[in-house]
Amino acid sequence: MNSVAAAHPPLKPEWTLPSRGRVGMFCLIAAESAVFTIFVIAYIFYIGKSVSGPQPNDVLELPVFISICLLSSSITIHLAVRALGKAQMGSFALWWVVTLALGSIFLVGTGREWHHLIYEKGLTINTNLFGTTYYSLVGLHAFHVTVGLLAILAVAIFTLMKKVKPEHHEKVEVFSMYWHFVDAVWVIVFTVVYIVGR
Amino acid sequence: MASEIIAINEFAGGGQSVGEWLHGWVTTVDHKRLGILYILFSVFFLVIGGIEATIMRIQLMVPHNHFVSPEVFNRMFTMHGTTMIFFVAMPVLFGFGTYLIPLMIGARDMAFPRLNALSFWLTAFGGLLLYFSFIGGNGLYGAGNAPDVGWFAYAPLTSRAFSVGHSTDFWTLALLISGIGSIGTAVNFITTIITMRCPGMTLGKMPLLAWMNLVTAGMVILAVSPLTAAQIMLCFDRYLGAHFFDTQAGGSAVLWMHFFWIFGHPEVYILILPSFAFASEIIPVFSRKPIFGYPIMVAATVMIGFISMSVWAHHMFAIGMSSYGNTFFTITSMLISIPTGIKIFNWIGTMWGGKIRFKAPMLFCVAFLFQFLIAGLTGIMLAASPFNWQLTGSYFVVAHFHYVIVGAILFTLFGAFYYWYPKMTGRMYNETLARWHFWLFVIGFHLTFDFMHIPGLLGMPRRIYTYEPGRGWEFWNLLVTIGTFVQGIAVLIFVGNLLWSMFRGPVAGNDPWDAWTLEWSTTSPPPDYNFATIPVVESRRPLWDLKHPEDPDWKYE
Repeated sequence: MNSVAAAHPPLKPEWTLPSRGRVGMFCLIAAESAVFTIFVIAYIFYIGKSVSGPQPNDVLELPVFISICLLSSSITIHLAVRALGKAQMGSFALWWVVTLALGSIFLVGTGREWHHLIYEKGLTINTNLFGTTYYSLVGLHAFHVTVGLLAILAVAIFTLMKKVKPEHHEKVEVFSMYWHFVDAVWVIVFTVVYIVGR
Repeated sequence: MASEIIAINEFAGGGQSVGEWLHGWVTTVDHKRLGILYILFSVFFLVIGGIEATIMRIQLMVPHNHFVSPEVFNRMFTMHGTTMIFFVAMPVLFGFGTYLIPLMIGARDMAFPRLNALSFWLTAFGGLLLYFSFIGGNGLYGAGNAPDVGWFAYAPLTSRAFSVGHSTDFWTLALLISGIGSIGTAVNFITTIITMRCPGMTLGKMPLLAWMNLVTAGMVILAVSPLTAAQIMLCFDRYLGAHFFDTQAGGSAVLWMHFFWIFGHPEVYILILPSFAFASEIIPVFSRKPIFGYPIMVAATVMIGFISMSVWAHHMFAIGMSSYGNTFFTITSMLISIPTGIKIFNWIGTMWGGKIRFKAPMLFCVAFLFQFLIAGLTGIMLAASPFNWQLTGSYFVVAHFHYVIVGAILFTLFGAFYYWYPKMTGRMYNETLARWHFWLFVIGFHLTFDFMHIPGLLGMPRRIYTYEPGRGWEFWNLLVTIGTFVQGIAVLIFVGNLLWSMFRGPVAGNDPWDAWTLEWSTTSPPPDYNFATIPVVESRRPLWDLKHPEDPDWKYE
């Protein structure tokens, strides 16, 4: 009843389709990109429209060090995924923990920057339009970094428990796509907030 | 009640206790059960949204009426719009997609079954949250209960100063949560269609329903995400004192309009494309011909998807954009009539020379063709910005978009209900009652929405609470309200027919329509695993090949 294959035409090559995880992650990244686009548009639209201070060039400093850390974590996670593919578990664990450390440095750096802005410069989300758009956009990105770090931490714990095997390569790789996306978004946020907006 | 539960129990195929039965439905990750949950959820909210519409129409039936207070009237139109778009139209279309896509592409479930369940429950709880506002919206202020800011909730109406209490918070949180559910469903649709097709089903051999849902899902991802972002901003404004839409602090009310309509206009096509999908499955089967111009249909669908992303500001002609902006959005809005026109010609081309069977699903699709054409014509009128300046915010606009949403979307949905009912329940609906439903609904629909254009042209603004006699609006408003009741009776017949047929309808068999897509090759209702062996297809009409081995389609495609 179910074999719909009645009289077959000549045999076709083997039937392969893309991996579910990758396609699903691409879709998620597309949706997240749309969300970030709206926040970036709002940021750019409101540049220079604050009716009171502080203004961006009064208070913002280029977060060079933490940006280097975050962008390098894309390289280390790639090295980790490649090591897992080759079943080099020691190398995987090393690069994975380095990624965790680099991501954490970024998050701590953002936290210190916010502390400085709030307690020393008196800029909060309801101070002016700059505060509103700055904390929303940078905060949305930091939220994504936090989610990514929690996932990296979970995999790190499983790695220490010897639960991560080379057959998990694809899942880890799909997650790394998310991490690369978060890093790419930082390039845009950095450009818009610290270069264009200053 | 007890006999009903037992009968549903049989339908679910087990002899379990009520507790087990309920547990099975609540914890299910099966795409067929989730599809049915989506559909039942939507029908429930359809009745609620319908009651809200009826309250508005009774209020407007005669001049100087005081059936409800102005405050209640504002809540009714806000809740009617929000409910019908977010908790009726989207979930019911997702429900059919969730149910049908895996069956049509020869898969055993969706790509991410648990995400599927999560998406449904997020939508369901979003709906409950919206309606909880009737109880919880007062907050500590005693100010208003349900949201009353209109379904597009323009700033600064939504700011704390103008919306005290929690009604707007319930509105924004409900849409935020159900929006995340919609994005989850869209991710699932795309992944399922890209990665789960059965052997031989290349993209060019996929049923049009799957194609159109693929494009719809892409639009959901690109259009609902901005709405989610805008709702986050609105939450920040209301809870953290941010200034996104606060004009006092330099914020922009127009920015909210842009963000809302970047979602809002593609949303119309998110709703209409699955309706096109139903028509594209039903019309060929009931005309006994394959769909005319399959590749053009696909191309037109993708074109609609693209163009619909660049038409949003035609909702904003009256806010004072530059003449370049007005011209751009007039042109793009008119462009979209090209692919939709192509589709109408293709459906007519499919019917041309066919052996048409006028069963209920086909009747609804034929009515859809006529009504969608008229809705498209008033759409072209409104797309011309000078004409729009005259009629924006009038009942002409209300009549236009209800002509699309009821005359096109709801009509094809009724067709889809009747067409797939035997597959979902295993039983046939009652054709006589379905015809009563059809004719009453056609009469009621035209009474309401044809005549709604006229007070609009005569200058009646939308959302007014009441009006004075002597403006020439009374007669038309009375007709419109009478039509509402005729439609209500028709919907009651529809619901009654489906309920009655579930227990008493004749057993349908696997393939009552002599159809051609894969869902008809398995039992009705399908088993948990859908297909005992994964099918292999060679053409767009695999069941035709099976039934006509001497003249299969793959020889010609």
